[in-house]
Amino acid sequence: MKFTKDHEWVKLDGEVATVGITTHAADQLGDVVFVEVPEVGKTVGKGDSFAVVESVKAASDVYAPVSGEVVEANEVLSGAPETVNADAEGEGWFARIKVSDASQLDGLMDRAAYDAFLATL
Amino acid sequence: MTELKTTPLNAAHRALGARMVGFGGYDMPVQYEGVLAEHRWTREHAGLFDVSHMGQAKITGADAVSWFERFVPGDYQVLKAGKQKYSLLLNDDGGIMDDLMAGKPDHAGLYVVVNAGNKEEDFAYLQARLEGDVTLTRLEDRALLAIQGPEAAGVMAGHEPVLADMGFMECARLMLFGVDCFISRSGYTGEDGYEISVPADQAERIWNTLLEDARVKPIGLGARDSLRLEAGLPLHGHDIDPTTSPVEGALTFALSKSRKERADFPGADRILKELADGPTRVRVGLHVKEGAPAREGAEIADAEGTVVGKVTSGGPSPTLSHNIAMGYVPPHLSELGTELKVIVRGKPAAATVIAMPFVAQRYYRKPKA
Repeated sequence: MKFTKDHEWVKLDGEVATVGITTHAADQLGDVVFVEVPEVGKTVGKGDSFAVVESVKAASDVYAPVSGEVVEANEVLSGAPETVNADAEGEGWFARIKVSDASQLDGLMDRAAYDAFLATL
Repeated sequence: MTELKTTPLNAAHRALGARMVGFGGYDMPVQYEGVLAEHRWTREHAGLFDVSHMGQAKITGADAVSWFERFVPGDYQVLKAGKQKYSLLLNDDGGIMDDLMAGKPDHAGLYVVVNAGNKEEDFAYLQARLEGDVTLTRLEDRALLAIQGPEAAGVMAGHEPVLADMGFMECARLMLFGVDCFISRSGYTGEDGYEISVPADQAERIWNTLLEDARVKPIGLGARDSLRLEAGLPLHGHDIDPTTSPVEGALTFALSKSRKERADFPGADRILKELADGPTRVRVGLHVKEGAPAREGAEIADAEGTVVGKVTSGGPSPTLSHNIAMGYVPPHLSELGTELKVIVRGKPAAATVIAMPFVAQRYYRKPKA
């Protein structure tokens, strides 16, 4: 699993990357009450806002950690947005993206680097 | 960026692990354990809020009450001692500079509470217009606590039995927790409860004393906002502002009959004309029936898709488990049941005009003697 400074995670399996927000991000948001996941078939660019996560207080953009085509969206989140709080880095995934170029993940942080980054915040 | 001010309870919030944010120029707790849990706790038990950022003042002098009436549309001359009244600080155009509570907790003029974000402006405006023997004294040596929820009355009666007999919007000055307090049975959640003004140097002791009761939990500004939204109560600077009249803001209850007859409050021409002929826009409640929460700034469209207004606040209702919002629409679209759209991130979602409060208020009305 790799991480971004915007608190998204990516897990690559073959050429499909599962993406979501980190446990830290979910904790910071507080109670998630609504998630807007991207449509399947949509092409997203690295750094684009591709999903929205809403707490009671506010809506926050989620940025695509990799470029590619959305091949699956986690529809569970529309009925059970609290899954993001319960298991952000597992069942609370947002989408699966077919990555155009796996080297995109090279610049991302591993767990130890992300934890070290969190410690600086 | 100017440095945030702190309330006398800042250290107490931090000790409780609160997440702090800037609000109204103050470093305030937005949540402790979580907005939803705090919201529900307040609806079911008793929530304790630090609202010390709000502006407290005493207005005294023989002419204090008649002087104060020059700025607000409420009849404070007939207000009995021991009562308070919600009112609006109006500019010369009849726009709402602020909303406030003013009451007669003792026999020395008025005790006034205004919004945190407006207090400097409000008090400067009033102080620049003082006349005769009228004095406005800011009570900056006082903190303000609110205890709200169905168990608030039981909690407070345990400290002072006489508080059980206060009715909604009654107020008093009395010794509580061994110190001189102003207290009113009122709040900003739609629940029964009290607001208690205490000496700043006693605030932490009283806060901690109240939290020792298992029925009481600390509640942050996040839940305060979702609670007041469910109660249909406007937030100044969002749902009402200096361009909004009391008629547009659906706050005509704050216009006392005698004052309307005398037409002697700021902006009376505009306000009375709007009462007679109708305003161009009016604040309504919306049940957002699908999609994402519609928040401040979202456009409101009619059934044909023409934009007719804007949402001024909105979000999920934890009590109702659906999204609610308030916003402005033309009067012909303000009838209950009118089908409208709210546009969130470009997507229209169905919304119906519904009555406010969204969640029934549970104020304590004294049985008639």
